[in-house]
Parts: sequence; C-alpha cells; structure tokens
Amino acid sequence: MNAALQGLITILLGVGGCVAYYTLSNLLVDTLLFPARGPHQARNIRRANLVRPWLFLAPALFVLAVYLAYPVIETLRLSLSERVAGDGSRFVGFANYVQMLSESKFREAMRNNLLWLVVVPAAATAFGLLAARLTDRIRWGSLAKSLIFMPMAISFVGAAVIFKLIYDFRPPGQAQIGALNALVLFLGGSEPRAWLTMPLWNNFFLMAVLVWIQTGFAMVILSAALRGIPEETIEAAIIDGAGPFQLFFRIQVPQIRGTIAVVWTTITVVVLKIFDIVFAMTNGQWGTQVLANYMYDKLFRAGDWGVGSASAVVLMLLVTPILVWNVANARREMR
Amino acid sequence: MASLELKQLTKAYADVDILHGLDLHIGEGEFVVFVGPSGCGKSTLLRMIAGLETISAGELWIGGRRVNEVPPSERGIAMVFQSYALYPHMTVFDNMAFGLRIAKVPKAEISARVREVAQVLQLTPVLERLPKALSGGQRQRVAIGRAIVRQPAVFLFDEPLSNLDAALRVATRIEIARLKERLPGTTMIYVTHDQVEAMTLADRIVVLSAGRIEQVGTPLELYRRPANLFVARFIGSPAMNIFDARVGHGGAATCTAAGDTEIRLLTAGETPAAGSPLKLGVRPEHLEFAAGGPALLSGVVSLVESLGEVTNVYLDVPGTDEPVVARLAGSQSLRRGDTVALTADPAAMHWFDADGRAIRPSELPAD
Amino acid sequence: MPEIAGRRSALGWALNLSALALVLLWTFPTAGLLVSSFRTADQIAGSGWWRAMVPADRNLILRAAPPAAQREHEGLFVLEGNLFDEADAPRAAISAFGVSSRAIDAHRPGTTAELRNGERIEVAANGDYRHSSAQAMQGRRGQRVFVTATIAPSFTLDNYRHVLLDPHNVEGMSRAFFNTLTVTIPATIIPILVAAFAAYALAWMAFPGRALLVAAIVGLLVVPLQLALIPLLKLHNDLGIGKGYVGVWLAHTGFGLPLAIYLLRNYMVGLPREIIENARVDGASELQIFVRIVLPLSFPALASFAIFQFLWTWNDLLVALVFLIDSSGETTVMTKNLLELLGTRGGNWEILATSAFVSIALPLLVFFSLQRYLVRGLLAGSVKGG
Ligand SMILES: Nc1ncnc2c1ncn2[C@@H]1O[C@H](COP(=O)(O)OP(=O)(O)O)[C@@H](O)[C@H]1O
Ligand SMILES: [Mg+2]
Repeated sequence: MNAALQGLITILLGVGGCVAYYTLSNLLVDTLLFPARGPHQARNIRRANLVRPWLFLAPALFVLAVYLAYPVIETLRLSLSERVAGDGSRFVGFANYVQMLSESKFREAMRNNLLWLVVVPAAATAFGLLAARLTDRIRWGSLAKSLIFMPMAISFVGAAVIFKLIYDFRPPGQAQIGALNALVLFLGGSEPRAWLTMPLWNNFFLMAVLVWIQTGFAMVILSAALRGIPEETIEAAIIDGAGPFQLFFRIQVPQIRGTIAVVWTTITVVVLKIFDIVFAMTNGQWGTQVLANYMYDKLFRAGDWGVGSASAVVLMLLVTPILVWNVANARREMR
Repeated sequence: MASLELKQLTKAYADVDILHGLDLHIGEGEFVVFVGPSGCGKSTLLRMIAGLETISAGELWIGGRRVNEVPPSERGIAMVFQSYALYPHMTVFDNMAFGLRIAKVPKAEISARVREVAQVLQLTPVLERLPKALSGGQRQRVAIGRAIVRQPAVFLFDEPLSNLDAALRVATRIEIARLKERLPGTTMIYVTHDQVEAMTLADRIVVLSAGRIEQVGTPLELYRRPANLFVARFIGSPAMNIFDARVGHGGAATCTAAGDTEIRLLTAGETPAAGSPLKLGVRPEHLEFAAGGPALLSGVVSLVESLGEVTNVYLDVPGTDEPVVARLAGSQSLRRGDTVALTADPAAMHWFDADGRAIRPSELPAD
Repeated sequence: MPEIAGRRSALGWALNLSALALVLLWTFPTAGLLVSSFRTADQIAGSGWWRAMVPADRNLILRAAPPAAQREHEGLFVLEGNLFDEADAPRAAISAFGVSSRAIDAHRPGTTAELRNGERIEVAANGDYRHSSAQAMQGRRGQRVFVTATIAPSFTLDNYRHVLLDPHNVEGMSRAFFNTLTVTIPATIIPILVAAFAAYALAWMAFPGRALLVAAIVGLLVVPLQLALIPLLKLHNDLGIGKGYVGVWLAHTGFGLPLAIYLLRNYMVGLPREIIENARVDGASELQIFVRIVLPLSFPALASFAIFQFLWTWNDLLVALVFLIDSSGETTVMTKNLLELLGTRGGNWEILATSAFVSIALPLLVFFSLQRYLVRGLLAGSVKGG
C-alpha cells in the first residue's frame, strides 16, 4: 500500500527529524557554542541556559505561528479584500461584510447559531448534571458513565448517520423504521412526518445530535466536581434536614458553579464551530444553515473568499469573549 | 573531604531579601545542623549550597574552590530531599545507579558500588522493586543510599525525617548518626526545624531566624549560653520562661513579674545603668520548690502534666501574660488551684538586655 | 454518599431506574445502527430494528416447484417439496396461507386449498406442500403461495462482507479505512513529540516571556480552525505541497498543538520539583532530565493527548475535505465516504449502517479500552474557572 508506506516514512522522518533536531541543537549549544568548562564555564552555563528554552520551544512556536497565528491575520486581510484575476487581491474595505449582511442565508445562519448557542450548552450541561448525579450514587455507576460517555468517540458524520436512521421517514402505510415516527404512531399520532424538513423544528432535531454527543463530556467533568465537594458540607446539610433535592440544588450545585461555567463555555466553543452535523444531515437546507457551513459554502462552493473570510471573522469574534475569559483564568491560576 | 566557606552569602527574590549576608565556616568532616523556625530560609540556604538556587551576592567556597557558578553535579555534593524525590519509574537499583550512569562510570563498578551500599543499608532484598512498593523507612534509606553511592564530599539533608512517623523517626535518626561515624571524612549539613534532631545529631548547630544567623555553637553551648533571647527560647523544651526585670542598685536587679524580688545580678562585663529594663530567663528544669527559703515567684497551678519521671507544672503568676512552666523531678501531688512558691539558682539564670542580647554571668563555669 | 440512617431504599430504586432510563436513551441510537448492520435490506424495510430480536409475523410470497418437476402417481400429477427450501429461505412456522393475493390468509396449515382448474395444494405448518392435479400441469413457473410465517430472529454478516471485502464495491470502506489510518497515525505522533519539548520548557525552564506564552497558548486553544482553511490552503499550494497527506499531517499537527502543549504543561508542572532537582544534582543535562525523567513520568498525559488526537483526526471531516481529498478521490477518508453514501444511498440502510459502524468501530474500541486516560485528560484539559 503506497500511502501506508508514505505514512511510515513520514513517521520515521518526522520523529527522526524531531529527535535529531533536539539532540543536535542541544549538543551544539553544550559542546561547541557554550561548553560548560574552561575559563568561561560560569558565563557559558548562563548563556546556554538562556538559549535552551528557545531550542525546546522553536518547532512548536514555528508551527503555531504558521498554522494558527498567521491564518488569523491573513483571514482578517482576506475578509477586507476581493480576489482579482490572476493571483492577486484588492482591498475593498467592508464591502464583503456589507454583502454578507444583506444575504438572507447569512441572517438565517446567525439566527440558527444563536439558537444552537442557547439550546445545546444548556441542554448538554443539564443532562450532564443529571447523569452525573444519577450515576454517582449507584453501584453500576461506572458502567452507566461509560455508556453515556460513549458518543464522544463517534464522529459527527457517524452520529449524523445514526440520527438519520432515527428520523427516517416512510410514506404512510409502510412500516416506519425510524424510531421517532414509530414512536409518534405508537403514541397515537395520525401520520408520520419528515422531521428534517420541518422548518425551525428541524434545527432542534439537529441540535439533539450534538447534545447526545456532548452530554457525556459534561457528565464526566461535573461528576468529578461533585465528588470534589467536601463531604462535610453535605453531611451538615443532611443534619440540618435538607431533602435530596434541596441538597442537590442548594448545597451541591452552588459549590460547582465554576465548573459548570467551564463546561458551558467549552461546549459553547464546540457549538460555534459546528459544521459536520449540519453538512451531513441537511447541508443547510430547509432553514438549517449555520455559520460554519455557510462559510464552507462560500469558500469552496461559491469560491468567494472575501465573504467566506468575513464569515470566518464573525466566528472568531464570537469566540473572542470566551478566549479572553479563559486567558484571564489561566493567568490568575499561574500566579 | 571538603570544608565550606560562606562569605556574605545573600539571597534575594525580586527585591525581597531572604538571606542577609551570611558568614560561616564549616570544617571538613563536621556535622552541622541548620535549625530555625519554618520559613526562616534554611532550605534556601541549603539549596544555594547545592547549586539549585543562584547566589544573589557573596561567595560560596567548597573544598577551597569558589563554586558560585558551578553546576550542582560538579560541586561534589549529594542531597537527600524531604520528600525523598525517588524516581518513581525506576527500580531501587536504577535509582541509586542513575547518577553514576550519567557520569559514565563503568557498569561493573556501578553494580559493585550500588550493591555495597545496599548491603550496608539492608536494601539488598528490595533492589529490583519500584519505590511505590517500599515502606516509608525503606524509601528514606534508598534516598540516603542514592546519596552515598555518589561518594560526595558534602552531604546535604533537607528535613529528611519530617515525613516519617514518630517511631521510624527515632530509628532513622540513629541510622544517620551511625552514617556519620561510618563516613568520618564527609562533611554533612542537615536542615531541620526540630531542635531534638539538632541537639542529638550536630557537632555544631547554626540557629537561623528570618534570614540571619543568630548563633553558632555546639549543642551544649547553645543550651547553656544562648547568645540572645531568640536562641534561648528556641533551644530547650519546654521553652525557657522569660520575665521582665529592671536593673536596681548595687549589682542587683528586681524582677517585676516575680513580685519585685531582689536578685543579685551576676555579670561579667559592665552592669547596665540602674533603672534600665532587663529580661530574666529561667529554664523550666531549673525551677524548684522554695521550701521555706526566699521565693523567686509564686503562683496558682493551672495545669499539671505528669510524665512519670518528671512533672510539668503550669502556673498563673500575677504580672506575667504567659503561664510559667516548671519541670519538677518525679511525680508531684499538686492539684489545680494549689499555690506554689518556686525559686532558682542565680547561677542558672539568664539575663538579657533591652535588645535581647545576653548579659553573660561571670561566675558560670565556662565549659 | 455513605449509607445514612433513615434514608429509604425507595429513593435508591428511583435512582437506579432513572439512571437505567437515561442509559437506555443514550445507547438506543447506536444500538439501532449496530443491529441494522446485521440485517438484510428486506428485514430493515420490513420492520423497525427494535423488532429484530423477537420473532415476527411476516407475509411472504413463496412458490412451489415448477411443473417441469411433476411426477405421475396413480393417475395424479404431483409436485412435492418444501416451500422454504424452494425459495432458499430459512424455515419458519406457517400460521396461515392463501393462493390468491386477495385472501392471503384464507387457509390454515395442514388443510388443502382448491385452485382453479381442479388443482389442489396442501401446505403443512413447516412448509411441506403437496401440489396435485388430474391433468399434466402447464407453464414454466411454480404455483404462488402466500404464507404468513413467524420468522425467528436472524442476522447476517453479508453487509460487512460487502462493505469491507468485496473488491468490486467501489464505495467500500476498506480503502477509506487504510487512508484514515494513514492520516491518523503521523498526525497523532508528531504533535506529541513537538508539544512535549515545548511543554517541558514552559513548565520547568525559567525565561522571560514564559507567562505570556502560556497565556497565548490558552488563547489559541479556542481559535476556530475555520479561520485557517483558506490561508493555509494557499500556503500549501505556494509551497508545492498541494492537497495530500503531507498537508493534512501538517494541518492536524498545527491544530492539535495548543491542546497538546496545554495538557502536557499542566501535567508536567505538577511533577515534584525535588525529583527534577535530584536529577540535576545527579548530573543529568536538561535533555537527559527531559528524556529519562520527565517524559516517562508524563506517560498518563501523553496517553490522554494521544487518545484525544487520535479520536479527533479519525473523526475529522473538515480538515480532510480541505487539505487531503483531491478530485481523484483516491485519498478519501471514512467520514467522507460515509457522507457520499448518505447522498447516493440514502435509503439503503444496510449499507449505510454497516459503513457507519465500520467507521466508528476503532474509535469505540480505543474509547472503551483507554477511557481512564481520556477522562483524566478531559479533567486536566478544561480550563479551570473561578
Ligand atoms: N521562589 C521564591 N520566591 C519568593 N520567595 C520565596 C521563594 N522560595 C522561597 N521563598 C521564601 O523564602 C523564605 C524561606 O523559605 P525556605 O528556605 O523554604 O524556608 P525553610 O526551609 O526555613 O522553612 C520563605 O519566606 C519563602 O516564602
Ligand atoms: Mg524547608
């Protein structure tokens, strides 16, 4: 298999190259440039220690700069320009943004993204909290956790297939093999429906897929936080006569507010970038467009880099508050 | 095999001075203990000697060589950490051999040296185990063995016993005392905040407080002639009782707290001017029943601790804030609420001037 | 919570039942996929997958043997045999049969049905039949018989054979499987290596700007990779890499690095300082400390990230679409293949379910066997708040 061979060679080259780089550069510094002996031993050691962190960091910084930092700036530039014949581009100010705002598909994408942003983190966190609370107190809790956590390993496309089977629609009279339609008929519904084409509602059916995937993540983190609560506070509340619900909502949940916020924001970032599920299940038809899919449409179907980049910048702006919050937290923690 | 010389050694972390210009000479083969309350800079000083902290100012000499900028591995030192710092992923053997392997010592020699040390420390049966499969005492011995294998000129210990339970602590203390006998030429520096460890192990004790050396001396010197109030209170258990006093006339002093008793002030040098404040220190074990004679102080018993061979009696004495402690021989039939009168031999009293410096009693035998 | 006096077990039951309900709800979708992948197209279309486990009444159209096989016996022309065997179908218990499409359950098994022109057919419950006629039977095909049979649950591996092993199946998953593996392995190993060195420097070396770098990496953690698509595609084209494995490896390395550095640094910072200092006293150089002490001790964090990155690259669609898959389609990955099937084979659930299950099998295996490390990584990786 040609590709496999190429892969093997890449691994060897990549790993070997990295190892060679780190070993040789350190050797160079330690033996040739600043040998730790001789009359200047002290000075050389100091200098070597000044240089060494950057030897360790250089490859990572290089990759980060090229693959993340540069694209952010370049996308910003592209969003303010338009492609001209040849390989050039021309500065057009905010024209791309103006055009984007005038498109109804973009407004639809914004509306849907906001809907996703409200529903998915809330639902996944709530289900996660419920699952954490339920599974923490039962004998087979770790098995239950595994099973609820499992969707996390499934690709968005795989999950899309799984849920398409659930939402499957057969004309009235045929056996309904989609679980949702079968359930509706079983409960006395009059006729099966094509769920993914019902305007507005179909958005919620797509969101259910992501909630299904993300609940396990929320559960794992929140369950760890719940178990980290000092047992004494719970025992004190029990002695004070708190019932199970009061215990949960008045004693436990307030103590893990910080963790809930972390879970919420982490899922929010996932939601903002959501692409595969919509792409695979509806491709933005029937009023289900979202930003990332809109952007993909613009970039790779319409070939409109200006508007595509502009929508990417909108995406970036939407995650910026979370970015700032995370950085502030991290800095506080380092101190 | 090496002496140490600290010359105005200073450590500062971003403007904050942690150690203020320390001067100290440590002789070859000496066992020196750094003792002081926690946070006073003992570990910092030890780590500067090891080369794990940079030296902000001053000089450090080991074995006649200035080592300010020499990396740790070339200073001829070995260090035993408080947490043992065993490599968790290596067997006992590999833990002890690691330094030798780095130094490219031949395989056969590594094996011989490690096995010899393991023999001495009774680690031979556990050589192939990982640290997590060892008991606390064994881990401690591996940490010590790992240091011995390197045949250092200077041994550094940073509170090596503080993670052990009481019984093991005594056993390991004895082990370290034996180690000192077995390696007579090796200089050892030992950090602790526990004065019992310091008194039992040290040839000389260095008392540190807030980044300064308060006193250097043999354990008995520190006990008998503390240079200042800090050392007086730090060495000895229970701690020395301190009373306010005032210089009177004719070579006498009145102790205000002890009912204005007149006490003959025994000083070697000049007597402070009459009326100037003093502190009087009396160790609990030097207090005894007045038995009809003139009492130094009298008070009401508030607590009795019977330890069998001695009894600690806590007294509320009018005019003093803290209870006065007396350590009386044998078991005593005292009860809470009894009134007791105590006295002490003037020769066993310690006097300190207003700045807390000791005023040396002239008639105490200078041993 | 410990057992507390006076708390009733009724609560315990409610807890167990609610947990069970939640677990069933969460496993139901995947179970549907798994079960469907073992059913034939007919079975899938005939009943919901949740019925697959129980015997089901099905209406089948079977045929007796063609007239060519008739024998003459005591003046009668006779065809004998078993309806299921004729149709090559698994045997089942017949509860009713009929000979006309308007009355498919007119006769009970064991009775005889009259056909036109005086022919008769007798069908037993096990499918044995006896078709007789006074004159020689005409025609090429055998007599149609409608039966209502109780079919025992049955499953087949044919779907997997078709999807994985059939060399003529151009939509098969086997090539995509290997392509995905080819993407995944270098894209997992290389970022780990690069990140580990950087994480060590950020955790254990003092240099100006360290705090700033750590903050920058926390920031990069949430940058949407959508921003990188066009600039990087341009860059790859300018460099001559174009679309292909090299590009996708590089892209995955870049996108995975912030999390890798962040996870590993957090873990390494927690290693006991004294162990590292002891190695320094032992004379180890920075590189030796890193390779022989820090790297082995960081194994749990390395494993966590490896699992994350593996799952992420295996399940990725967008990066593969943009940086890997060219118009030849030679380098398609499983997610892309699945997507195509969704478009072209939307109703063929046996193919779709099987292909989807093939694509999620390895991640599920990794997930269940290494879950411990995954959980640990998640706990370390979520930026702690408040
Ligand atoms: N890296 C550092 N930055 C600033 N201050 C420090 C640092 N390390 C130690 N200190 C301070 O130095 C003092 C001495 O610490 P240490 O030597 O560990 O004390 P000890 O070992 O005697 O308990 C303490 O007050 C501590 O807060
Ligand atoms: Mg200390």
